[in-house]
Amino acid sequence: MRRVAVLGGGPAGLAAAQAALALGAEVTLVDEGAGLGGQFWRHHDTITDPRLTHGRARFDRLRGALEQATVHTGASVWSADVAASVTLRAFAGSADGPSRRSLAIEADAVVVATGAHDLALPVPGWTLPGVTTAGAAQALAKRDGVTVGRRTIVSGSGPFLLPVAQSLALTGSQVVGVHEASTVRALAAGWLPRPWQLAGKAGELVEYVAALARHRIPYRPGSAVVRVLGESRVEAAVVASLDAAWRPIPGTEREIVCDAVALGHGFTPRLEAALSLGCAIVGEHGARFVAVDDEQRTSNPLVFAAGEVTGIGGADAALAEGAIAGFLAAGGSIDDSRLRGPLAVRRRMRAFAARLERAHGIRQGWTDWLDDDTVVCRCEGVAKQAIEQSSHAPMRAMKLASRAGLGPCQGRTCGHAVEEIMAQAGGRPSGFDRRPILAPIRLGELAGQSGD
Amino acid sequence: MIRITVDDERFEGRDGQTIAGVLIGAGRIAWRTAQTGERGVFCGIGVCHDCLVTVNGLSGVRACQRAASDGDVIEREVRA
Ligand SMILES: Cc1cc2nc3c(=O)[nH]c(=O)nc-3n(C[C@H](O)[C@H](O)[C@H](O)COP(=O)(O)OP(=O)(O)OC[C@H]3O[C@@H](n4cnc5c(N)ncnc54)[C@H](O)[C@@H]3O)c2cc1C
Ligand code: FES
Repeated sequence: MRRVAVLGGGPAGLAAAQAALALGAEVTLVDEGAGLGGQFWRHHDTITDPRLTHGRARFDRLRGALEQATVHTGASVWSADVAASVTLRAFAGSADGPSRRSLAIEADAVVVATGAHDLALPVPGWTLPGVTTAGAAQALAKRDGVTVGRRTIVSGSGPFLLPVAQSLALTGSQVVGVHEASTVRALAAGWLPRPWQLAGKAGELVEYVAALARHRIPYRPGSAVVRVLGESRVEAAVVASLDAAWRPIPGTEREIVCDAVALGHGFTPRLEAALSLGCAIVGEHGARFVAVDDEQRTSNPLVFAAGEVTGIGGADAALAEGAIAGFLAAGGSIDDSRLRGPLAVRRRMRAFAARLERAHGIRQGWTDWLDDDTVVCRCEGVAKQAIEQSSHAPMRAMKLASRAGLGPCQGRTCGHAVEEIMAQAGGRPSGFDRRPILAPIRLGELAGQSGD
Repeated sequence: MIRITVDDERFEGRDGQTIAGVLIGAGRIAWRTAQTGERGVFCGIGVCHDCLVTVNGLSGVRACQRAASDGDVIEREVRA
């Protein structure tokens, strides 16, 4: 029987597992979250407000199908290898706990569905307590039923800001405003042509817009939080109008009292597993994704990839890609009529993703809102100036000289900003995201692995 | 309901919440001292490591990932 491993239990991974099971494969799914669902279906069985979960019936069906599979939750995969077969190694147990179990999963093929995390651009004052990513605001509202502040400003770009504002409002924070960096003109150019491509997503978006109206939340395109103020926590934020390149327009600054700021300028794929499996990556600095063909196959024939690791297109795209990847990983054929549905959705959602990028993609002028001493690398406290000063050095030397990206998050948070600052200073950033170990593990756990 | 202590202060939370969820629910949004000041949650999904705490003597635990257990004793981590 063909063994298929699925790395990630979000929409893409769940759909992959279901499709592989449907073809009779022996499926093992691993996810580091305490529960299944990934970012889209993040929930806790008793705490989560059901109004914050979309497409719950689909999730329940996918989870139900997994009865035939081996499922490891709370299991962080820290190493992934491929030769004649695939080997994933994980530690399972309470997060960062002392006595986690070691797992080794062998398979004939693997589907990498590790998703993405928020991309939040730095702003002066963004290290103050009370500033979180938009995704964190969403995760805390959904998973823990809490909000960081009583008055929150949401700032960044993309349609994801809308569900975040809705969740904050339903969880009890007043949302003072949603500041979308892209100008009305960019939004119109991205969204108005071919509205039928929005099918599926449109209903959800209309619901969020209605929620903004119901909670009287202003939506302000062409503006952003450009500075966060406070002594030991957020006390206010400065909002400015932006030009088409996202440069703040002098004289438009306004101070707004708030106690929380949620920042989200898009998403960045979690490429660690794909990189260590040797998969080819496409794209420029700042927007690098796992390269896949029409069969969701990566540059290694035993490795498939699906969902946000291959491009940012939302949960529907992730579900469709996952279904295709799982089906092919289990030995199915792309011509099989059962794939007609997912293939059509994928086509539509790829067009959607291209429009998302066109309307909301990060423009380079944002670096104008940084000061020389603005902290860019949060872990090591590295300022913009220090990154500029070593911009011409090769990546490794730049990291060692400035210490940017050498802290515990290994550049996951600052990577995009560091690369952009280096590029604007005339440097040539490359491969900021190469990390030998995929997930944080303790040295003692690693030591316990030697000899097997 | 669960009870935990953080730097000798008591907090009550709902069963199933993360440590970060319990603290934020109680109005506490910072619990780690970094080079550049106080920190709490930033990414909320285990990626940024801004939320690290010591739990029952074990350091380097991500408060946004670890479910709080009744009786947990939590200490602040300080980075000079
Ligand atoms: C914090 C956050 C909140 C979001 N909330 C929403 C929302 O409410 N609505 C919406 O439309 N979109 C939301 N998104 C966008 C979302 O990413 C996609 O729409 C969708 O979830 C993508 O599905 P996916 O399967 O590709 O990835 P994900 O859902 O991200 O799933 C990837 C899974 O892989 C697991 N994983 C990654 N690395 C490892 C490893 N080394 N070991 C073990 N497991 C691993 C993760 O735990 C995760 O569960 C959110 C994104 C983020 C970052
Ligand atoms: S807040 Fe980022 S790891 Fe916990």
